[in-house]
Amino acid sequence: MVPVIEVKGLKKYFPTPRGLLHAVDDVTLTIERGKTLGVVGESGCGKSTLGRTIIHLQESTGGQIFLEGKDITHVRGKELREARERMQIIFQDPYSSLDPRQTVDATIREPLVVSKRYKKNEIDDATAALMEYVGIDARLRMSYPHELDGGRRQRVGIARALALNPDFVVCDEPVSALDVSIQAQVLNLLKKLQQDRGLTYMFVTHDMSVVRHISDDICVMYLGQVVEKCPSRELFKNPLHPYTKALLSAIPSVDIHHPNKREILKGEITSPIDPKPGCRFAARCPFATEACHQPQKQEEVSTGHFVRCCRVHELG
Amino acid sequence: MSEQNKNAGAPFLDVKDLVVEYYSDGKVIHAVNGVNLTLERGKTLGLVGETGAGKTTIAKSILRILPDVGAKVAGGTITLDGQDLLGLPEHEMRKIRGNKISMIFQDPMTALNPVQTVGDQIAEAVRLHNGGNKGEAEERAEEMLKMVGISADRYHEYPHQFSGGMKQRVVIAIALACNPDLLLADEPTTALDVTIQAQVLDLIGELRKKYNTAMLLITHDMGVVATTCDNVAVIYAGNIIEYGSKEQIFDHPSHPYTIGLFGAIPSMSEDEEWLHPIDGLPPDPAALPEGCAFHPRCPYATEECRKQPIAMQTTSDGHQCRCCHIQQVAKGE
Amino acid sequence: MAEAATVVKTARPKKQSEFVRVFKELRKNSTAMLGLCILLVEIILVILAPVIAPYDYTAMDIVAAQQGPSAAHWFGTDELGRDIFSRVLYGGRYSISMGVLAVMISTTVGMTIGAVAGYFGGKVDNILMRLLDVIQSLPAMLLSIVLSAVLGPGYFNTILALSVNGMPASARMLRAQMMKVRGNEYIEAAQSINCSKFRIIVRHMIPNSFSPNIVQATMSIAHMIVMAASLSFIGLGVQPPTPEWGAMLTGARQFIRQCPHMVIFPGLAIAVTVLAVNLMGDGLRDALDPKLKH
Repeated sequence: MVPVIEVKGLKKYFPTPRGLLHAVDDVTLTIERGKTLGVVGESGCGKSTLGRTIIHLQESTGGQIFLEGKDITHVRGKELREARERMQIIFQDPYSSLDPRQTVDATIREPLVVSKRYKKNEIDDATAALMEYVGIDARLRMSYPHELDGGRRQRVGIARALALNPDFVVCDEPVSALDVSIQAQVLNLLKKLQQDRGLTYMFVTHDMSVVRHISDDICVMYLGQVVEKCPSRELFKNPLHPYTKALLSAIPSVDIHHPNKREILKGEITSPIDPKPGCRFAARCPFATEACHQPQKQEEVSTGHFVRCCRVHELG
Repeated sequence: MSEQNKNAGAPFLDVKDLVVEYYSDGKVIHAVNGVNLTLERGKTLGLVGETGAGKTTIAKSILRILPDVGAKVAGGTITLDGQDLLGLPEHEMRKIRGNKISMIFQDPMTALNPVQTVGDQIAEAVRLHNGGNKGEAEERAEEMLKMVGISADRYHEYPHQFSGGMKQRVVIAIALACNPDLLLADEPTTALDVTIQAQVLDLIGELRKKYNTAMLLITHDMGVVATTCDNVAVIYAGNIIEYGSKEQIFDHPSHPYTIGLFGAIPSMSEDEEWLHPIDGLPPDPAALPEGCAFHPRCPYATEECRKQPIAMQTTSDGHQCRCCHIQQVAKGE
Repeated sequence: MAEAATVVKTARPKKQSEFVRVFKELRKNSTAMLGLCILLVEIILVILAPVIAPYDYTAMDIVAAQQGPSAAHWFGTDELGRDIFSRVLYGGRYSISMGVLAVMISTTVGMTIGAVAGYFGGKVDNILMRLLDVIQSLPAMLLSIVLSAVLGPGYFNTILALSVNGMPASARMLRAQMMKVRGNEYIEAAQSINCSKFRIIVRHMIPNSFSPNIVQATMSIAHMIVMAASLSFIGLGVQPPTPEWGAMLTGARQFIRQCPHMVIFPGLAIAVTVLAVNLMGDGLRDALDPKLKH
């Protein structure tokens, strides 16, 4: 089966006064239909940029993007619009992702209006159906975003993203701004939508328990690069990259009787501007040696488990 | 007045029946509705709850930094070390802030002055509260920087040259510069990445141990509570609905809301298809429901819950829960 | 929450328009309402000037020249014996309409430039902003004087000269707001659902950026009235015998010692109008501020 999304050697650099910021650097991944790829990493690791670059909200600097086998890296005009319709995004901040001067109804119907494929009454019906589908009460149609709570706003954002019936949805930290009880409601909704519509997700988050719950596969990113990629269970059972291990051990566990043995990392994330060719984690890595300052290759350690670390075999 | 009033049995921090109201657009917003809590020296109490539950308001009331206009402590007492804080004149209170009580805010980006070097900001905090000359304060500031793991030669740098985690460590250094007896930490690590969060939590823990500081930790993250706190208070709609030791709360959550909170967190050990959210939304603090504020979302709610305010029930081991159906809830009926 | 999903096929509730909402906010503000009332009364008075004015504003009565206020001439008469009350009434037609029109033109043109610069950024922005810099580098009064002198005096030319002055400020203001709005995720969302550039500007960016411009426009009406008066004062702008308030001041200035009423009444008319407009502008700023929305 052709994967819905395939990305090969994707790069996104931003020019800054101090040099090139390597936000996404040589990322290769595939996502099969109906699956969820979790992308985790700390702030500034390029996980949001990766999602935005794939769906063409930002232009890539290098590499290729395939949508169901078709190279869409450099599409323009009508082809770009068609590709965008099939790839949507749900944003992190339910406060800034909705136009404060548009009603719920106007926000949800806009994609349908813009596509120019539907008649007025079709749009009316579709909007009402979408609202029902994501669980927004019909009486809230004419409400403005500031009159809604965070969870409902996020539902509006979800309805807007689903209006054009996309294949692939980038969920950019969709629940990080929500309280735990509301977060669970939204996560369940996203999962239900996936099952009903066969959606393919790329789920960007920094919350390990959320990513564990929702993902089939997980990519761990550090400073623009994927350092480890494998099925979700495998990652939590058998993390191999030293950064993944540190990340997992740093999560404060709710289990008071079996607290994590925390490995406290020393130092801060190094600058992503003109990084040195070696492993980007080497500066904070307790196991770093000379070899780590050479460019690192991604290696398939076991089936479907990729690691970018030259010492992975020694460290076990 | 403080010395003679101090009797050995009284807790270090004692908040009794605290009621705080905000006024906006002619409406009264019931932010805190009769909160009772105590904290001993060297211990940590976690205040857990959702956005708008009144956690930050409690901390601000203790430090008396509620906005002058539109907010009022409408009842209750706050006693610190035998001293009634709410009754103190403002100039007395100013001596207590920073000396006896320090606060760490959630956002390290806005808590620092962008046009003053970080070292000077710490030194200023030291001098404001300990007096002493400039040289001594600077020495102390350098010490504090080293203690929070920042090299002393970054003394003369500005906040924008620091990363988020380092800024928060500077904020902690300022808060701890005068060895406060009580630290109010309002979501101190929420804006930080997990690996940095671990560093900061460890640092706060170490420093607290060293100086025997009591801490009121406000957070919505159960994991942070589990790793740092001795006691836990769960807050819902401005009221404590469950209160006990960390073991009591985590091993035997009794209130339906607490149980719901734990259930809503995706598990790190088990695979589950669906999460178990709490239905509905937190209530509007301007129009709280009659009776138990949680009843509209509670699966156990009966007529009784809707009628009158629910009293706090205390079990033999001191575990408190504000629910009239504890038995049914425990059996899961 | 899912059970609430029964689709109620009610009639679509009418969306409350922004205008109605802002007006409701504004009504809560008593000083703003005072400003608005003063302004409305003035406008009605000047519109009804032919009915109200006791004399023709050009009618001279040399015998009764330079008289102080009396029952026959409420505001007194000028050096040619013309009734100042009638002249202030008619003068309002020119002064107020010049202020309003100049602001409308400068705001419309300025906002268009600002929108283009703010959305496209980069080179377009640079070129437009440098052009505006040129305009702004000249002192406002000097620019108006030069323009008036070049275009020649007269009602419409004065309006034109004034509006060139106001343009850069409104362009810059809208541009700055749009830059801020452009960083919001809903603009990215609009891109991802294939909104055209035009739609993004008109539907999302301008509605979220223009409220400071409205406030500024209101405030600058007062400024424009004063500028128009100043131009008339130095002999450019509207020419006598047109009773524009500024022109009246000019005419009266040589008699300021003997007959202060000739200066006081047109001056008072300007002051009251400017005050009313400013009061309303302040209120409008509060009403439009989305942060004050609950």
